[in-house]
Amino acid sequence: MAATKFSKETYLYWYELMQLIRQFELMAEEKYKMDGKIRGFFHAYVGQEAIAAGCMTATRIEDPFVTAYRDHGLALAKGMSPDACMAELYGKATGCAKGKGGSMHFFGKDVYFFGGHGIVGAQIGTGAGLAFAEKYKGTDNVALTFFGDGAARQGMLHETFNMAMTWKLPVIFICENNNYAMGTSVERTSNVVDIYKLADAYEMPGDTVDGMSAEAVHEAISRAVKRAREGDGPTLLEIKTYRYKGHSISDPQKYRTKEEVEEYKQRDPIQLVLSTIYKNKYATKDEIAAIDKRVNDAVVASVKFAEESPWPSDDEVLKDVAMDANYPFIVD
Amino acid sequence: MARLIAFREALREAMSEEMRRDPNVFLMGEEVAEYNGAYKVSQGMLDEFGPKRVIDTPIAELGFTGIAVGAAQNGLRPIVEFMTWNFAVLALDQILNTASKMLAMSGGQISCPIVFRGPNGSAGQLGAQHSTAFESYYANIPGIKVISPSNPYDAKGLMKAAIRDNDPVMFMESEVMYGDKGEVPETEYIIPIGKADVKRQGRDVTIVSYNKMMKVALGAAAELEKEGISAEVIDLRTIRPLDWQTIVESVKKTNRLVIVEEQWPMCSVSSEIAYRIQKEAFDYLDAPIRRITAADAPLHYAPNLVAAALPDVPRTVKLVKEVMYVKK
Ligand SMILES: Cc1ncc(C[n+]2csc(CCOP(=O)(O)OP(=O)(O)O)c2C)c(N)n1
Ligand SMILES: [Mg+2]
Repeated sequence: MAATKFSKETYLYWYELMQLIRQFELMAEEKYKMDGKIRGFFHAYVGQEAIAAGCMTATRIEDPFVTAYRDHGLALAKGMSPDACMAELYGKATGCAKGKGGSMHFFGKDVYFFGGHGIVGAQIGTGAGLAFAEKYKGTDNVALTFFGDGAARQGMLHETFNMAMTWKLPVIFICENNNYAMGTSVERTSNVVDIYKLADAYEMPGDTVDGMSAEAVHEAISRAVKRAREGDGPTLLEIKTYRYKGHSISDPQKYRTKEEVEEYKQRDPIQLVLSTIYKNKYATKDEIAAIDKRVNDAVVASVKFAEESPWPSDDEVLKDVAMDANYPFIVD
Repeated sequence: MARLIAFREALREAMSEEMRRDPNVFLMGEEVAEYNGAYKVSQGMLDEFGPKRVIDTPIAELGFTGIAVGAAQNGLRPIVEFMTWNFAVLALDQILNTASKMLAMSGGQISCPIVFRGPNGSAGQLGAQHSTAFESYYANIPGIKVISPSNPYDAKGLMKAAIRDNDPVMFMESEVMYGDKGEVPETEYIIPIGKADVKRQGRDVTIVSYNKMMKVALGAAAELEKEGISAEVIDLRTIRPLDWQTIVESVKKTNRLVIVEEQWPMCSVSSEIAYRIQKEAFDYLDAPIRRITAADAPLHYAPNLVAAALPDVPRTVKLVKEVMYVKK
């Protein structure tokens, strides 16, 4: 009998995935700041990795994911290659959106990743639409739609909750509550600070989840997935997490103290998984070092790949805009 | 006495002066108060005016726009900041279906004095959803006014006019211009809405532009001068009402017109100008009216695709030479 609920393989998978996400973000941020080769808005997932990890082991690859602009972590979790992701940040033709999307708009249809979206709250409806299609087609796939605490204040949430619940759509609404929407803390945006309670108005099951624990995320998502697969409809999960970095690279973070950030880092999701691994002797220090090296090599290689990749050609401007090959663009 | 101040400071001065003058003017939007504005336009305004008049909203564009529009119908004069105009799309229902139509539907009883403002258009590699230029969308709506200035002086004078105006006014700024410095007098002034400004006198060709594309227009004029071509550059400043009379006056002199704008080409500001000028000044034109717009596509992320999609000085110079039938 194993001493833990989850297998050694699960823990090692979580560890490697979370390390990949973190190291990818740290490297990309360095490249942004040091050589200016990555531009535009850049929102790091550092601190929130356990959500991606727990969601992955509780779902299957055909379950579609859709999220906001803080999308690198979930894209990597879905299995998109670090090469294609890094190249996208560089705006290269080999990127996961051919250099057309950038940091906020990663897409990977082959792994059912329906993207990073830039309009706060918009993907709440999109996720329910992905679920609508699964139900319509008669699959038992479940859509996961991720959004922030700030996005929870958009009207889109209420309209979507109502229909998703009425029509019993197989969707999980995942609010990644990292305490802040840009510089605004959750309690400054509403009288209702327990976001999971917003489900009550639609008699939808809602719950809070410890977002620093991959185990807790896995278990909560598993319950919601089961409900959805069995035709019982949506669930709202408010996953309490924390972003270690600013909202985006340019955020001076005057709205919170260094002490607050340090306090959250005490319960670092990667360290929590690692300590379970060591406690149960699932891996030796050397074996962990080997994983770390593998991750590091992959991230370093992704930078090389991105730097050596070509730019999209200028005539890509009018490509991928309409499926109609004869679409009459206006060219003066 | 004029001093050099940044575009964002000019806007802040205009809003603050009007808020001191009229207690019914207030500012609301995302991050405008405690964070001092996503782009620091409202820096210090919470300190001066307090939370009753400088109000942080949740991310709920449709909702807070609805509240502001209701407040405007009931005696107040709101200034609504959109973090960018891309997000105002969520609130278009309130702007188009309520704010712009209230006076007509109520038979003249209920007006809606309100200013919507924020950065507009592209700002580098921000990707498709953060890069749309919206002037032509709003200019299509009867009853509202659309302002899109290019420098701190114009921005301040027009913002003050916008706040005092009794109709809904859309005020379009640019992330990439907020740091631009320009001369702004210490003494109060107001620039009337609906007046274009000749920013550079010339004889051979008229170039019309607005907002940050004025830099392209003026840059092209400077290049052309080196080659002996004298371009007159008109800054529209207000898109609606459109000051076509100033363009006609210029075209009577130059007989050629090129428009530089960041809109998509279909039903754009240049489409409207081209119609108006061929109608009012047909006999004065020696060449077809031409334009450079943004490419007819969402703005992609890669730096070369951004550059390829937006108007620039070399293409403007080339186009001017075409309408002048200059070879080379
Ligand atoms: C409709 C809309 N309004 C405003 C913005 C600007 N904006 C981008 S992210 C953000 C904060 C969102 O916070 P939250 O939903 O908590 O997500 P987090 O960034 O914390 O992941 C804001 C206001 C936007 N992109 N879209
Ligand atoms: Mg948040």
